[in-house]
Amino acid sequence: MNNLLIPDSAIVRDVFHENDDTSTFSLQFTDAQKRLEYSFQPGQFNMLSIFGVGEAPISISSSNGSRENFTHTVRHVGSLTRMFAKLKAGDLLGVRGPYGNGWPLKQAHGKNLLIVAGGIGLAPLRPAIYNILEQPALFGKVELLYGSKNPGEMLFRHEYRQWAEQISMLLTVDDASGFDWNHNAGLVTALFDKMQSVPENTVVLSCGPEIMMKHVVKGLLARGFHSGQLYVSLERKMFCGVKKCGRCQVGSKFVCHDGPVFSYDVLENEPAEIIGVLGRE
Amino acid sequence: MKKVAKTKLAELFSAMAAWGKLYVPAVSDGIVNFVPWQEGLTVALTALNVLVPPKKFFFPQTETVLSYEMGEDLQLEDFACRAGERAILFAARPCDVASFAMMDKVYLDEPLDEAYRRRRENTTVIALGCSEPDEACFCRSFDIDATKAPGADVLAIDIGQELVLVAQTEKGERLISVLNGLLSEATSGDENRVKDEQEKNEGRYVTSVNLRGMMEKLDGMFAADYWEQLYKRCIGCGTCTFLCPTCHCFDLQEYAAGRRGERIRCWDACMFADFTQMAGGHNPRPSQKERVRQRFMHKLNYFPHQHGDYACVGCGRCVRKCPVNLDILEVIQEVGGAVDGL
Repeated sequence: MNNLLIPDSAIVRDVFHENDDTSTFSLQFTDAQKRLEYSFQPGQFNMLSIFGVGEAPISISSSNGSRENFTHTVRHVGSLTRMFAKLKAGDLLGVRGPYGNGWPLKQAHGKNLLIVAGGIGLAPLRPAIYNILEQPALFGKVELLYGSKNPGEMLFRHEYRQWAEQISMLLTVDDASGFDWNHNAGLVTALFDKMQSVPENTVVLSCGPEIMMKHVVKGLLARGFHSGQLYVSLERKMFCGVKKCGRCQVGSKFVCHDGPVFSYDVLENEPAEIIGVLGRE
Repeated sequence: MKKVAKTKLAELFSAMAAWGKLYVPAVSDGIVNFVPWQEGLTVALTALNVLVPPKKFFFPQTETVLSYEMGEDLQLEDFACRAGERAILFAARPCDVASFAMMDKVYLDEPLDEAYRRRRENTTVIALGCSEPDEACFCRSFDIDATKAPGADVLAIDIGQELVLVAQTEKGERLISVLNGLLSEATSGDENRVKDEQEKNEGRYVTSVNLRGMMEKLDGMFAADYWEQLYKRCIGCGTCTFLCPTCHCFDLQEYAAGRRGERIRCWDACMFADFTQMAGGHNPRPSQKERVRQRFMHKLNYFPHQHGDYACVGCGRCVRKCPVNLDILEVIQEVGGAVDGL
């Protein structure tokens, strides 16, 4: 019987610096058999270990179509993630997972998709975007609204040109000063006035700071979307990923197991343990 | 049904200790805890509850999960396979035995925790019925009968000069057969004394609470003003959670020395500010109010929604030890259940 807290060894194959405080790490399991067995769904996460420092849940940011390598996009803000900034190709990490449920892409087949992301929240949505780009016939119209603090903090910028061939994109920043910027300024929710998406036959996927998701949900409900169409991905401190350590409870739900993606009609019936946010207020 | 004279207990303990690692309640510096049995030790047969809950035998207060060594490649050693030496827990009280079933719901739920499973499987639990619950005991409110412990492998009942032993599982029968030479058959008179003891039980509880509808009442109380006035006394010491036999939350910490190190699992408490503090600065439970609410909601609402049982066995440890008397009995009463006694 495997001990569920024991990671597998993985090697860093490549590091790509997205911006000043965020990098994308391409990882590969060192064990060939593990590489064959491993698979994941867009929106799932792994527990990543730097031995001697610790372990944390980080969402997978690559396509689930390619399993040989997978990527994690990490913002260097905590005691563990700051150590990620020092990693280079050839370094060894611990990886266990995948955990959680992932985005409801199958339920979105034949439907339009509205994706609303803020900051690092685009990382867990990137596998869903790749999934859409790889099988465009399965989905209707797809629209991405993405906001960040400033143009320099936008993730995956070198891929937008390709995404825009199949996805209509609206970008916004809080502050563009000092940048050559010809997109929008203001909060991502202000893009609702400019978007093409309508409630009919649309599934909404959102990830970003919880305060952002709160306003995304409010704004879309006010525009006639209903709670069952809205999916948000929550982030919590976690130590196990398998509903034992108790950290990630939101009411009677575990973010690691019942989430991280929740339909809003589930969350609105849970206690609002989210900055008073989603859920009953 | 077997029995053993109390004067022969030392021989019995010696035989048990030869079979597996034996833990018994004993007093040290005025505190009762389970300790490894050794020749000459005075076993605290009349002490009600040990201070540190015996969940620690399956879910230790601290344990090494893995060790690592970084070289050309990464060497990991899984410590779960070391867990689970043959052990006997003697004189666990029925409330604590009931708590093991709560822990099982967490740790034996898929994907199960291997170290926990091995310890649970290799430990034979002997429950000792209680004949004198104190004013902080309220196990009866959770349908626990202090003279019975259906989750134990062996039930021991004190009938005065002797202990009656009833094997309740295969594991229990195995232990009884090992000890058989030291035991005698219980007579019908002994059986009647056990029955007497069990019949007298109902009248012995000083404190009971009415939990009817508690989970449902709390469904609508997340945003209630009630928590606002309740939490102010809490100093966030975490005593309630550390002494709780059903609290299961843990932390993982690293101990590193150069290229080698260990990952340690230890008990943690939702009463602490950093329990849910995230690296980006967001804390979904920013003040002690949310933490106190989490504790009571988890025990009396979330866990019952998840598993069908309250995450409390009425052992009374948190009632006895909270330095500011933030009392679960009081919460149950104020939320809407009735408290008799106290």
